[in-house]
Amino acid sequence: MVSRLLQTSGLPSFKNGVHPPENKDLTSAIPSRRLPFPAEIVLPLSQHIGRPAQALVKPGDRVERGDVIAEASGYISSFVHATAAGTVKSIEHWPHPAGAMQPSVRIEVDPHSTQLQRPRLVPHWDEVPEEQLSEEISKAGIVGLGGAAFPSHVKLRPPEDQPVDVLMVNGCECEPYLTSDHRTMLERPEHVHQGIRIVLRALGIRRAVIGIESNKPDAIEIMRDTAPGDLDISVQPLEVKYPQGAEKMLIKAVTGREVPSGKLPSAIGALVQNVATTASVALVFETGQPLIERIMTVSGRGIRQPGNWVIPFGTKLSDVIAACGGLNDDAAEIVFGGPMMGQSQASLDVPVLKATGGILVLSNDECKRQDILPCIRCGKCLEACPVFLNPQLMGALARVDRFEEMAENNLGDCMLCGCCSYVCPSNIPLSQLFAMSKIQLSRLQAA
Amino acid sequence: MSGNPVLDSALILGGVGLFFGFVIALVNQRFRVWEDPRITGVEELLPNTNCGACSQPGCRAFAEAVVTGGQQPSDCTVMSPDAIEDVAAYLGVDAGEASKRVARLLCAGGKNEAHRNADYNGFESCKAAAAVAGGGKGCTWGCLGLRDCEEVCLLDAIYMNDDELPVVIPEKCTACNDCVETCPKDLFVLMPIEQKLIVQCRNLVHGDAAEEMCSVACNACSRCVADAQPGLIEMIDNLAVIDYEKNALADPGAISRCPTNAIVWVEGQQFAEPSNRGSEELERRAV
Repeated sequence: MVSRLLQTSGLPSFKNGVHPPENKDLTSAIPSRRLPFPAEIVLPLSQHIGRPAQALVKPGDRVERGDVIAEASGYISSFVHATAAGTVKSIEHWPHPAGAMQPSVRIEVDPHSTQLQRPRLVPHWDEVPEEQLSEEISKAGIVGLGGAAFPSHVKLRPPEDQPVDVLMVNGCECEPYLTSDHRTMLERPEHVHQGIRIVLRALGIRRAVIGIESNKPDAIEIMRDTAPGDLDISVQPLEVKYPQGAEKMLIKAVTGREVPSGKLPSAIGALVQNVATTASVALVFETGQPLIERIMTVSGRGIRQPGNWVIPFGTKLSDVIAACGGLNDDAAEIVFGGPMMGQSQASLDVPVLKATGGILVLSNDECKRQDILPCIRCGKCLEACPVFLNPQLMGALARVDRFEEMAENNLGDCMLCGCCSYVCPSNIPLSQLFAMSKIQLSRLQAA
Repeated sequence: MSGNPVLDSALILGGVGLFFGFVIALVNQRFRVWEDPRITGVEELLPNTNCGACSQPGCRAFAEAVVTGGQQPSDCTVMSPDAIEDVAAYLGVDAGEASKRVARLLCAGGKNEAHRNADYNGFESCKAAAAVAGGGKGCTWGCLGLRDCEEVCLLDAIYMNDDELPVVIPEKCTACNDCVETCPKDLFVLMPIEQKLIVQCRNLVHGDAAEEMCSVACNACSRCVADAQPGLIEMIDNLAVIDYEKNALADPGAISRCPTNAIVWVEGQQFAEPSNRGSEELERRAV
């Protein structure tokens, strides 16, 4: 009923999608605080899409907060920085939020350090040439903070034949529970706008649109009030609907243009950056601070004190939980990211990473296990899919390992948003099957 | 016509039948394709499981290859030596010599050995579980035990034991590669049956950390490297790796000091009861 009312709200949106309970009031009013530095931080060499970084340190090395500890090993790769001062203990395999154990740098944090960064000469963003802007952004290890962790400097250099004319800034935060982008906009609007200014200069364009879901009126107001007058920056309130914050859905809602299947947004002259990403771009040119920490939402009914925290990357999940008062008795599942697309965690040793916008500790009630029943071909998943796929057909194919046929049915367009799983009355874990199929398909293609 | 409907229809149908009979007879004469009758003969002697282990798309194609001399009867790994001899005798060719290969699981960490960090509560399949936090096992290289390989095996050569590990029955395994392809953790390897020295582990962590995850993990202590003939075993990325080019040098002595039983001497079936630490072989050599 609520979604029906919202659909008539007249705000721009996209077709299909779902509206899960928001659960954002658990943390949306709590200002962010700094989490105490843990005794040890673990930094995987792969915190982004692309090739893992190349370690530059060896055990026994002393590092200061913000020092480069691993460099990009290709164009689509990223730098990794020490997020606290201390001594490198070892480089070894360690649990990674994505599942498999991965080579990581373990740093024993110096408890007596002031955690000040080394003084740096910061070039003024207005004086460096455009190409160097994206190079500085690459060196600061900045990746998309919306969840995919795609290296930002790659986005800032769109193909020559596909000029970008509008920057879309993503403040939708459509995932339930998460409030980190909301808090970023409320607490650091000037950084968000400064970042937009720098990204616009790097792209050589003047127009930006900030898309914010209408359930965050305070953020819409503050972003409007602080918008600089000399640039063409507008704030566009959007319908509250999941997955409004998905890159292609946001572009459709704001411009009415649709990104063709299998293409990048630059194909229609658009580029999307998350508000948290632009805020960290601003910091690079203000203080020289690389991407070493961010606001994360710790929420769910399985944690004692939900809140928004500034957490250095590499802090172990167990340290975060301890700082938030520990687990409730009925805590059942821990998810990095939102409940729709986040990754379930199997270990309390995993470190939080650049793409970790939220840490959800779900209680038994929130993640009830239900039996998987046969598909009744009701078609609800077709009505929910925002990219117009046929999830029921693809689910049936996935269950019998027919992955190539799924590719023919445009599995590549599936972004694993989870709308189909959410609406399925038979509780078929469709998006899990699609995630599995994508892995299997890439294995087949590699073979 | 005669006006008798029964006679009319009989005549018409008979005439049509006769006409088409002639056409068929003519076509059969003119367009006949001669096929070596031995192909069918060989096909009848083959197991007809169409498993594909011979690299042909099916038993019929293999029979053709054998008759035309493209392959030898022994390339069929499913048949018993006697049956191979039968085929060879039928065609009057050399049976050939092919070493029997079987699928080996490079993990011994079942539910009693490997530590579980979290419960996986979803779709019952290794591939699906592997997509969620690696499946919940402490060792993310290890076997998930959700029987994808058992289901994919056409020959019932794989069964799950009490430890929730898949056991390959060497006599039934035809090295068809299906389990190798289906395992999301890439734990199956096809090996000649003479390769008896096997490291049943893929874990790349060393020392106590490895043993915390799994009591039969390779902890990279390098004792096997020292105990084996020089050059046979090498420690690469915290895992003992056997150079099977030098398989002739392998002997059960290499496993004698392994503290975790990660390296084993396998006679026939893996995970056989009681423990197959190669003690029989050692005793035999001592005598």
